Amino acid sequence: MQNLIEIRWHGRGGQGAKTASLLLADAAFNTGKYIQGFPEYGPERMGAPITAYNRISTEPITIHSNIYEPDYVVVVDDTLLEVVDVASGLKSTGAIVINTTKDNEYLKNVLKDYEGSIYKIDARKISIETLGKYFPNTPMLAAIVKVSGIMSDEEFLNDMIGSFKHKFAKKPEVIEGNMKALEMALKEVEKVK
Amino acid sequence: MGIRERLSGNEAVAIAMKQINPDVVAAFPITPSTEIPQYFSTFVSNGQVDTNFVAVESEHSAMSACIGSEAAGGRTMTATSANGLSLMWEMIYIASSLRLPIVMSLVNRAVSGPLNIHNDHSDAMGARDSGWIQLFSENNQEAYDNVIMANRIAEHEDVLLPLMVCQDGFITSHSIENIELIEDEKVKAFVGKYTPKHYLLDDKNPMAMGPLDLQSYLFEHKAQQAIAMKNAKKVILEVSEEFEKMTGRKYGLFEEYKLDDAEYVIVCMNSTAGTVKQTVDQLRENGVKAGLLKVRVFRPFPGEEISKALSKAKVVAILDKADSLNGQGGALYEDVVSAMYNEKLTIPAVNYVYGIGGRDTTSKDIKSVYDDLMEIDNSKKLDNPYRYLGLRGDK
Repeated sequence: MQNLIEIRWHGRGGQGAKTASLLLADAAFNTGKYIQGFPEYGPERMGAPITAYNRISTEPITIHSNIYEPDYVVVVDDTLLEVVDVASGLKSTGAIVINTTKDNEYLKNVLKDYEGSIYKIDARKISIETLGKYFPNTPMLAAIVKVSGIMSDEEFLNDMIGSFKHKFAKKPEVIEGNMKALEMALKEVEKVK
Repeated sequence: MGIRERLSGNEAVAIAMKQINPDVVAAFPITPSTEIPQYFSTFVSNGQVDTNFVAVESEHSAMSACIGSEAAGGRTMTATSANGLSLMWEMIYIASSLRLPIVMSLVNRAVSGPLNIHNDHSDAMGARDSGWIQLFSENNQEAYDNVIMANRIAEHEDVLLPLMVCQDGFITSHSIENIELIEDEKVKAFVGKYTPKHYLLDDKNPMAMGPLDLQSYLFEHKAQQAIAMKNAKKVILEVSEEFEKMTGRKYGLFEEYKLDDAEYVIVCMNSTAGTVKQTVDQLRENGVKAGLLKVRVFRPFPGEEISKALSKAKVVAILDKADSLNGQGGALYEDVVSAMYNEKLTIPAVNYVYGIGGRDTTSKDIKSVYDDLMEIDNSKKLDNPYRYLGLRGDK
């Protein structure tokens, strides 16, 4: 792992991109890293485009600004691909991970100016199968961990079970489904180019 | 050894307040400080503190309740931001003039209008002459540490002034970052029991607070407040030294980052200092002698000490996250420059008003300031010392 990894999340209000960024910060923290997890608060409302950020490092992080040249971008909602310049500043050595069912040709075309790697995952299918509802953030969290290699699958899953026990202390029945969603997402994330 | 944690700035402050366990907290929620009373009220409901939490109907009432309880002899804390502080305006002067060591967490946000909920320092700068001690915090750790030290400073018998701990709204208040917490029992021992010498509910020594104070005495009372503010400098250093013994974390009146041999220096406060540090490191790799002076204690203003620390620099930039709209320059700039004048320090000093209303301040912005400083040094010309950083259009 390089010293500092910067990740930018694009989602729509209500999809849990902010929560996912905080969970990723948590997981990285638990493996001994220095972390930042913060959303960009705009005129937040259900469905509006939102951005959240992560910095993960082996050294203390002092910078306090948004991320303009991320190593990775996560797109939680593919309708943003034609609305927001999601690959803006994204390093060509990095990757973009998209929640989508669109075909590879469409994705390559809509991101034709981006030279780095593109990954996709059907977070809706995974979420419906494992949780019975559409919560894309859990599968997307696993997808970015897999693609970025911030930690091993095993480290990640071991840590997340602890986080979910804490987060869902009042709804323990959803823990199993969330863990299944993570496991499936780790397997199903697919390289487009 | 401390406890390794990851918390937002607001969570960190709420936990500090839990560990301090004050007698009274009176607060009214306002973005971006809302989470502080929210988390704290949970601690109250769970019985983790025995604080009397007063849920008031406005910030004016919050500060009024704080004044009442502190005057009665209770250790009292509150939190607010921006327009919340504005609504307290009348009462914050009363708190300081009655010499009540109330501790406030001020999560800095732009004062309306037009309506903006994001960070700048216009709230804190508005209160700079109100007689409150003002400490600024770069990150969640410093916000936490400053709150742990706050009561000891404010309640010291040579001080007896209210104190506000500032941190940047959203940028640190809502960002999860690593932090090292202090064990509960250590905080308890450090903060100590509050035993005011004079208080209203002391029936053995009846007293009045805040009676009419006209031409014959108000001037003397104000001068005493000014003396207390000067005294605070020494007390802050003493408390900080004791804090360092407990935690290993060193705090002074300001932090010097690679300042010793620095030729080009930025002076600023709060979270931007972290971004400046990163830029200083990059510039140093390229052989540029860049440095930072991060002001922690803004009130009382350590002018003499700051001037001395800047005396070896070639050019200085002072960054203000609030515009004084006075045609002359921001508050930090004016204080630094007037202190430099007193010390006969005549190096060029330039002011940048930046980050207004939450405008993001990037490493590139900071780099451009150092570039400007080098240009001023090379050309020996400083045409406009009152500038903007990150503003669109003409500057």
